[in-house]
Order: sequence, then structure tokens, then C-alpha cells
Amino acid sequence: MTKIDSKIPEGPLAEKWTNYKDHQKLVNPANKRRLDIIVVGTGLAGASAAASLGELGFNVLNFCIQDSPRRAHSIAAQGGINAAKNYQNDGDSVYRLFYDTIKGGDYRAREANVYRLAEVSNSIIDQCVAQGVPFAREYGGLLDNRSFGGAQVSRTFYAKGQTGQQLLLGAYSALSRQVKKGSVKLYTRYEMLDLVLIEGRARGIIARNLVTGKIERFAAHAVVIATGGYGNTFFLSTNAMASNGSVAVQCYKRGAYFANPCFAQIHPTCIPVHGEFQSKLTLMSESLRNDGRIWVPKKKEDAEAIRAGKLKPTQIQEEDRDYYLERRYPAFGNLVPRDVASRAAKERCDAGFGIGSTGLAVYLDFSEAINRLGLKTVEARYGNLFQMYEKIVDENPYKTPMMIYPAIHYTMGGIWVDYELMTSIPGLFAIGEANFSDHGANRLGASALMQGLADGYFVIPYTIQNYLADQIRVPRFSTDLPEFQEAENAVNDKIARLMAIGGTRSVDSIHKELGHVMWEYVGMGRTKESLEKALVRLKEVKKEFWTNLRIPGEVTDLNVELEKALRVADFLEIGYLMALDGLNRNESCGGHFREEYQTPEGEALRDDEHYAYASCWKWTGEDSEPELIKEPLEYEFVVRQQRNYKV
Amino acid sequence: MEKVINIQLKIWRQKGPKAKGAFETYRLEGISGDTSFLEMLDILNEKLINEGKDPIVFDHDCREGICGMCSLYINGHPHGPDEDITTCQLHMRKFKDGETIVVEPWRSAGFPVIRDLMVDRSAFDKIIQAGGYISVNTGGVPDANAIPIPKQKADEAMDAASCIGCGACVAACKNGSAMLFVSAKVSQLALLPQGRAEAARRAKAMVAKMDELGFGNCTNTMACEQECPKSVSISNIARMNREFIAAKFSD
Repeated sequence: MTKIDSKIPEGPLAEKWTNYKDHQKLVNPANKRRLDIIVVGTGLAGASAAASLGELGFNVLNFCIQDSPRRAHSIAAQGGINAAKNYQNDGDSVYRLFYDTIKGGDYRAREANVYRLAEVSNSIIDQCVAQGVPFAREYGGLLDNRSFGGAQVSRTFYAKGQTGQQLLLGAYSALSRQVKKGSVKLYTRYEMLDLVLIEGRARGIIARNLVTGKIERFAAHAVVIATGGYGNTFFLSTNAMASNGSVAVQCYKRGAYFANPCFAQIHPTCIPVHGEFQSKLTLMSESLRNDGRIWVPKKKEDAEAIRAGKLKPTQIQEEDRDYYLERRYPAFGNLVPRDVASRAAKERCDAGFGIGSTGLAVYLDFSEAINRLGLKTVEARYGNLFQMYEKIVDENPYKTPMMIYPAIHYTMGGIWVDYELMTSIPGLFAIGEANFSDHGANRLGASALMQGLADGYFVIPYTIQNYLADQIRVPRFSTDLPEFQEAENAVNDKIARLMAIGGTRSVDSIHKELGHVMWEYVGMGRTKESLEKALVRLKEVKKEFWTNLRIPGEVTDLNVELEKALRVADFLEIGYLMALDGLNRNESCGGHFREEYQTPEGEALRDDEHYAYASCWKWTGEDSEPELIKEPLEYEFVVRQQRNYKV
Repeated sequence: MEKVINIQLKIWRQKGPKAKGAFETYRLEGISGDTSFLEMLDILNEKLINEGKDPIVFDHDCREGICGMCSLYINGHPHGPDEDITTCQLHMRKFKDGETIVVEPWRSAGFPVIRDLMVDRSAFDKIIQAGGYISVNTGGVPDANAIPIPKQKADEAMDAASCIGCGACVAACKNGSAMLFVSAKVSQLALLPQGRAEAARRAKAMVAKMDELGFGNCTNTMACEQECPKSVSISNIARMNREFIAAKFSD
């Protein structure tokens, strides 16, 4: 039985991180220059880590698949970033942010990690302001805040509806400064295709130059993965088109554990699906729930008339509207956490009250807010989001309610890491959405930006030194070593196999098929039967992929279809892991809702006696099922309770 | 009711930066008005792949108008005929049945073509690297509320900061000038007290890098502001010129 060591420091919760920093090993400045670190990804986590490590004096190699680090999908985060500043004097504190996050994650995250996250949150805001991030301000010149789901305080800092953009551009500017200084070398339009291990430690990567198609080798003393989540397994998600989970799969197949794969977040407020040709789903920020009210018609006949185009939402009288979140969850109302809001929307639509041409949509209505605050205020708060909606849907949300429906948005699961953010492979670290660590079974709004930057600016620059301190005498590695040769050969073989299939179907067509299976059987409501069905169907889709795929073009050339094929090959592996993990977890918690396990009121029913653990999946080979290793989640400081957003 | 159109596309195909490019013509039928422009290209590519041909290469990623990756010069306009959006947010309902749509890459000396509609915009990264930042290291910074910033200044900085670095301004400019892009960053940081300390150094370094990379001069045609998907104002160019001249005087 493999044992897991999460390396949680001793001591009271509030002192663990301080104790760790006080006693960890450090690397002196002269030695830092001799150590190379590869950082893969340039989103909030990757860019902030690469910049901070470069500033410390390490020699950093930073990779991204886009044409510029500034394109990483963190850029699309809209609403905001949480911090426990308590500038509003409304009762916030580090402990409260910690508690809300643990509770929001349905008690499936590590206490020590989450406390550290809340603890460093304040430094992030200070850092971003110093970089010139133009956060929203009050007339007095001080920072403004707003509320997000799962909290009863206003702790979210924001920059219009473009907070992710501004934070990423801040990190990108810090990164650019290090590139100029020469401490970071940037590799754009490069995609990592494998991890290289030497004597059991992560020592490099194999990457493909996406412009030339050339496979190249890079060596380092440590490797940091910051490649985001795997939501695109579902084909349709709020992720960018190129967002993928391939690096996680590469690390998994090299021995890193993949933890809690079934914990995927379905965001309640996205623009509904409208057709088969659709390529992605657009998120409407959670911040809209500060002022927007969610409803469906109370009467089935009204819903039917709306679906048939015979009735408009503005014609439904106030008493005939069911503000179901306010009805079910009076204490939090429209600001319940995402998993709760998504399931409630599904429940209403399944019961026949959905609207829109498909019946798979609910209203998000601003008429009351416009009456209360005036059009100008609503426009100032949400103008860019309303414009985005209007351009896509061709309807004016100031005049008629928005239509929204849940969509895959974020993955809480990911590469397993210990307290130091190191994976089960020595020298391999994972940060940001790519790891599994801080959000448990459900992430609260405005916490992804917080975690990405916490990991990159304030955690990894410390913890990586504890690992590298005894590596200072290790000379730089030659990429001619047999380990590099072996990894490159494996990559070339895989590409050759894909190109040789010579079938009839495009990558996208099979990816869409995978997405349908995932949404249908591993989506918002899962059952034992649906997950078993998924495992069977996923094997069929995988077989179809490996026997009937067609990739035009050449290997040693720019080849977008080949890039997509390599990613979909890995999404197939992740989809299977998600279904397997969901089937193993006989409980409902956070984003994982097993329909067999719910309270009489339809809330998620956890089973703390049997499932209070992180499930860590270990690769055992192509032809065998992965091994499940359990990391027990011992709660020393918080008492687990049924999550309650009603009172 | 839902609009469905048939279109003819004239799309620029070019194998590489040194290769000679040419327009190729394609027909698509039954395209729904709710399809985005890039989804329409997905449909065309799916068709090309099924016919055993090479799909059209174009940059894109977030498909919600914020990453700045998509480009395309459509019917003579960067990001197409609709206003205040990127190509990925453009929908086919903006085109007429039977229309011929001409699609080209950004054309500028600063952005060499990589393949078809994909261009190399790494010059923008180099300009930012030259000075588009406030020189602070991680940690050891003052409390976020230590320096009050008037809301109006913060809002102006935010408007300048909303630039997505797509390069439409360069593509729209007859001189291939990058002034709007550069001035947006110079302005954002010059407007904030945190950025004042090195405002002069920043303006000089970024302008020098822009000139070095082969971007043209500004002759106030205002095409950049007109075509900018984020409505970044040319008043930023005026502000940058002030910063630049002040910096030169103090030399």
C-alpha cells in the first residue's frame, strides 16, 4: 500500500505557514544562478511564479502555447479576486475567508493549505496595486469591493468585468521585466509533450515548437507545471479553445498522482448552448448575481408558451415568477455557491420550467436593479458584460432578462501536490488550477485568481527552495542523456501512430462525441448507472479515435490538427479517470452530485465516514486500471457540517 | 426567425513568411446567423479536412473577446464590420445572403505572416519588455490602500489598460504604427502614482523599441481608435507624446 505524505507542518493552524518558512531550507544568491527551473504555462500561476523565481535569481525557462504569455486563459476571468483585507469593516478576517473556502469546498480540501491561501491573500492585493493594476476605487480614492457567492462579506476586489485580464497583465509585466533582465527565457508557441525523469526526479521536458513542428529537449533542476485545468474534456466549456489537460496526463503517466478528477465545477451563469456548430460557451460573471435575480415561470403553461415564442418574459407578472434561489436559500439568495445554483437551475429545467427555445435556460433579470439603482449605475457595474451578451445573443439585457444555463467552467481536481506544492515526483511542482489542492469539491467565486497568484507569488518561491537547497551541487544536465532520448522517442512514436491512422474523422468531430458522453453521463447529476455507461462509451470513443482519425498535413511543420489530436488523446484519458473517480465516490459533495445521495430537500449528502479523503489515482499502465490511493483529510480545527445556505 | 445565409469567401492562403500568398475562393451554404465568424471558419475547415485538404490556419483562443489572439482583416476592417468587438465575437447575422467576404491577415511590416491568416506579433512582447511595467519585486510593497488614487484617475488608467494587444491598431494604420498600443500602456502606468517614478524612462524605452522594430509613425488618421475592439482612445497618444517630450527635455 503506497502511503501519502502531505507534509503538513506541525503547530496550530494559524502558525503552520510561519513555522514552515522559519525552518525551511533556503538557497543563497550565488547558488540560485546555477539552478535552472522550467515553468510551463504563463497564466496567473505560471507568470507570477516565473517572474518571482527570476527576481530571486534562479535561471527560469518559461513556456506557453500561445503567441504571447498575455494570452493565457486567466485573462478571461471576469469578476474578481478575494482577499481578507476587511477594508469594508464588515467582519471579514483570515479565518473567515479560510472557513468560507473550506465550507464552500464541501470539506474536501486540506485545512492547512486553505488557511495559507487565506493568509497570503492580502499580500496579493498589495502586490497587484504596486504593479499598477487599476482596481475599482471609491470616490475617496480607496479600493472598492463587491460580494461573491458563498460569502456574507464584501471581500472581492475587481477591475470592471476584466479582473483576470488586469491581474494577468500585471503578472505579465513582472514577467516581461525579468525577460528583459535575462533571468527568464521565454518560449512562446511551444507545447510540452512529455516530462523527463532522471533517477526518479523531474529534470526536464520534451516540447514541440508549434511553428516548425520540431521536437526539442529542455533540461532543468526542477519543473513547475502551471497549465490550468481540463474542463475542455467536455468539448463545450468556458475554457479557451487551446486549454487542455495534456501536461497533467503526461505527469500522471510518469508517476504523479491525479487527484479528485471528478471534481469539476459547473458554472451557473453561462450563455446557453444554441447549436451543434457551437465551439465554446461564454461565461457571464458571477458578479452579476450581486444585482441580477434568477427566476423561471411559476406556471408550466407560461414556460411552455415562452419556449414556443408566444410569450415574452417581461409579460410574466411578478407573482407568477419563481425566484427559486431566493425561495430555497433565503440567507444567501442569489449568491449561493456555484454548485448549488447550478443544480437548482437543472432541477427547475428538468421539472419542465426551463425557458429559451431548448427549455435548458433560466432568466437572470436586472429590471429590479435598474429600478432601484438606475440604468447608469447598472451600466457602470456590468456594461461590458451586457455588451458581450448582446453581441452573442442579439438581445438587449437592459430590456429583457438574460438567458443563462450552467456550463463546465473550472476543475478543482488535478495533479496531486503536498503542502509544498510538490507532486509525488520529486522536483515536479504543480500550481494554480493544474493542481488539486485548495478548493476541495467546489471552488468559490473569485478564488481561482487568488489561488493562482498565491501559488505563484507567495508559495512556490519559498517551497521550491526547500527542495533545491540540496541540489546546488548538481551540475546542469545534458539533453543528450538517454532519458531525454527515450522520452523524445516516445513522443515521436505517439505522433507517428496518430498520423498513420488515416481514418475519416476530424479531431473536432470525435472531441464533440467525447463531450456529449461527458455531459450526458458525467455531468451535473451522476448516478452509478450513468458512470458505468460512461466508462463503456468512453472506451468506444477512444477506440474510434485511435482507428478512425484523420490528420492532414506534415509532422515537421505547423500542424494545428496534430496539436488538437494530441490534446484529445489525453482528454480521453482524463474523461475515463473522471468517470472512474465519480463511480468510486459514493457520496455527493460540492460539484460532484450523485443523484443517489441527496437529502430529502435535494441537497448534496456527504459521507464523511467513508469518503473524507482525496482520491489519488496512480497510473499502472495502458492495459490496467489505475490504483486508488487515499489521502485522509483530517480536520483538526473545523467541524464538518452539512453545508447550509438557507439560514 | 433564425437567419440562414449562403456566402462566398475569399481567403488569403500563404504557406510561410517568405512564400508568395494568394486568395482562394470557397463557398459555404446554410450558415446560421447565430454562428460566430470563427465557428463559420471551423465549419469550413471541417469541410476541407473531410475533402483531404489543408485547413486554414488562423489564431484564436478564448473566443470571448479578451485574449487578443484572434485577428483577421475582414472586408477591409480589422475584426470585421461590427463595432467594439473582436473577430471571435462577430456573428454571421452581420452578413447578407450571397455576400462575398474577403478575409486577410494583419498586414504590417511589424507582423510577418507565419501561415495563412496567422501572423507573428512577438514585437508587442518586445515593446512591453523594454519598459511596460513598474519595477517592483514580489513582496515588500506597501498596503494596497496606503496611496489613495482619485477614482477618475483609476478609471482612466483602467480604460487605457483594457487594451488586449491584438494589433488591430497596427493593421488599421496606413503607416503601420503601434502608437495606440504603446501609448495605452504608457498612459495606464503614468496615470497611477505607483508608475510615476519611472514614467520618463518608460516612455523613452518603449518608443525607442517600437521604432527599432519597424513600426511606422503616427500621422493622426485616427483609424486605430476607430477600429480598436476595446475603444482605446487616441488621447492616450497625446498623453504619451507629452510624457515623451518631457522626458527628452529633462535629458
